[in-house]
Amino acid sequence: MSDTIVTETPVREPAASAVPAAASAVPATSANLPMAKALNAGLRQAMLDNPKVLMMGEDIGPLGGVFRVTEGLHAEFGDKRVLDTPLAESGIVGTAIGLALRGYRPVCEIQFDGFVFPGFDQITSQLSRMRNRHEGQVTMPVVIRIPYGGHIGSIEHHQESPEAYFAHTPGLRVVSPSNPHDAYWMMQEAIASDDPIIFFEPKSRYWPKGEVRFGASGIPLHASRVVRAGSDVTLVGHGAMVTVLLQAAELAAVEGISIEVIDLRSISPIDYGPILTSVEKTGHLVVAQEAYGFVSVGSEIAATVTERSFYHLEAPVLRVSGFDTPFPPAAVETHFLPSPDRVLEAVDRSLAY
Amino acid sequence: MAARENDSPLVQVLSTSGLVEPSEAAAEFMPYLDRLTEDDLRRFYRDMVVVRRFDKEAANLQRQGQLALWVPSHGQEAAQVGSAYATRPQDHVFPSYREHVVGMIRGLDLVDILRMLRGVTLGGWTPEDHGNFHLYTLVLASQTLHATGYAMGMQLDGTTATGNPETDEAVIVYYGDGASSQGDANEALVFAASYQTPQVFFLQNNHWAISVPVTRQSRTPLYLRAGGFGMPGTQVDGNDVLASYAVTAKHLDDARAGKGPALIEAMTYRVGAHTTADDPTKYRDPEELAAWVAKDPIVRFRAYLQGLGVEQDFLDAVDEEAEDHAADVRRRALEIRSPERSVIFDNVYAEPHPLIQEQKAWLDRYEASFEGGDA
Repeated sequence: MSDTIVTETPVREPAASAVPAAASAVPATSANLPMAKALNAGLRQAMLDNPKVLMMGEDIGPLGGVFRVTEGLHAEFGDKRVLDTPLAESGIVGTAIGLALRGYRPVCEIQFDGFVFPGFDQITSQLSRMRNRHEGQVTMPVVIRIPYGGHIGSIEHHQESPEAYFAHTPGLRVVSPSNPHDAYWMMQEAIASDDPIIFFEPKSRYWPKGEVRFGASGIPLHASRVVRAGSDVTLVGHGAMVTVLLQAAELAAVEGISIEVIDLRSISPIDYGPILTSVEKTGHLVVAQEAYGFVSVGSEIAATVTERSFYHLEAPVLRVSGFDTPFPPAAVETHFLPSPDRVLEAVDRSLAY
Repeated sequence: MAARENDSPLVQVLSTSGLVEPSEAAAEFMPYLDRLTEDDLRRFYRDMVVVRRFDKEAANLQRQGQLALWVPSHGQEAAQVGSAYATRPQDHVFPSYREHVVGMIRGLDLVDILRMLRGVTLGGWTPEDHGNFHLYTLVLASQTLHATGYAMGMQLDGTTATGNPETDEAVIVYYGDGASSQGDANEALVFAASYQTPQVFFLQNNHWAISVPVTRQSRTPLYLRAGGFGMPGTQVDGNDVLASYAVTAKHLDDARAGKGPALIEAMTYRVGAHTTADDPTKYRDPEELAAWVAKDPIVRFRAYLQGLGVEQDFLDAVDEEAEDHAADVRRRALEIRSPERSVIFDNVYAEPHPLIQEQKAWLDRYEASFEGGDA
């Protein structure tokens, strides 16, 4: 498939000592870690690999961030590598651009999804365009980390999924891991990339543990992945939604429906190869996301798959999304967020064609 | 501009008639003028005259359909020339979009500015090859944060505040009275003060943000805001090239020496329109304009030079050089060629991007599909 990224993107050489902060003298090759710790290990490894890598954000120093993702980094690397910034998101992103022009590789933490918008102008009007404006003479190796998504029962502006705004912006790459291992290596690949990357961390997945294999992944940052093979229906999602899709697939299997689940990993660009291959096999596609459905990543995938695999489709591509309302009070968030049952309702509709 | 009173904060060296009559506030800055040779003074004059003539030529080019837009700097030459000459080669300059002569002094070919305004590029030059004069930024005040981040990088690199003024680096960032209201300008001041960056904020108060007077932006003189952010603020007569030089030299020296950032408010006036798309007669009092024209920075400095005994031949030669430069700019502006269409795609990402590659290939096929189309 010409648009599959997997074979073309150069894979960077790993550094030798990918070890979590508390490891013993003998380097472990893997560990059972929650995503927050896996991200921490990835950030730490990137800082060890390259002295130009900086962390900056609100409360990321001695506190280690409100989600503790940068825990221990300030103690280890000091306040010239881990910068507690003033409380101003545009200031964080804007100064990161200046630092990148100077040759640094800043990793900015935005404290919560709903707080990114004060920095939106610097991200979309400046960060994303600097290289293009300079006719390719500069690079913008800036990573913007954004904890995002629902399922944590929090207050307004703390459960949003704003990824489509950034995916719509030329010059940015947008990614989101679904599990601790991907979080570990994707963070390092994102920091090593010479393009600006919006790194969405699914905060409802920060604490469940999973195996993290240290060292090189050998996988390009933007490769989507089949996480469960199946033959009747294809489900596509990213971030925390992948867990929901796998749960839906388990439930469907009991009823004799074979579901293939694809983890996008990258929202911009989208690696369509595995999706189109899967749809050619199943003829049925359901795309699920926590974000609002109107003008969304799911809409984009539905349109593209329809354009490219029209004769393989046996049903319209269906979307399962958050409703087109502000994220509701937490007491009713389970009605807003796509659940395995809501995904299966769409699976049933697709198979009914 | 504030009246010349004993307690006036305004730093002024030259009277409007070109006599050396330093204000009280100028006292601490006067020693910096000792650095200037007569050659420097002649260069100040030459650059102000050349850029004003260039400005007129660029406006003419726009009126003749050769530029999409022009952004005149008429009236602000002294603030820009004085501050630019206070920089050192190792410094970095972050302009807004009206600092043409600052670019020229830093080594930029002014035709490169016209390339952007002619619509053949979104940038126009490589800062590192042009005196560290960074690209124009069209979203107001965005560059103040880039400048502050860059200055933070100097600190992290340890290339400033070492005690060697020949190598210690600093940043100067230009913005205006309109941009001073933007959140980014204020966040930049917060970050600069917090990290004590080696940086000068050079605010040209030209009194108008398109059609809105500075009184809508601020009820207090803008230099006073510096105190609220925890840095020194100086108000200078921006139509006085010597005062502009001296004030900027001191604050840049302090920045390089590790004494942190400062804010300079240069009081000047946008004599022309905001851009060629603007019509100031719709909102501006002609008497206000006349009062500022009477304080013209070039007329004032010419009188000063004549007082020093600079010969008429020099002044005439500068006028001739300005004419020649403008004619050369016009000729070369008309020779600017459009880029290849691949420029749409080539620099959006540093690393391969399948969607962009696919769209570029599609456009090539589409163009090639026409009779006589290129591949």
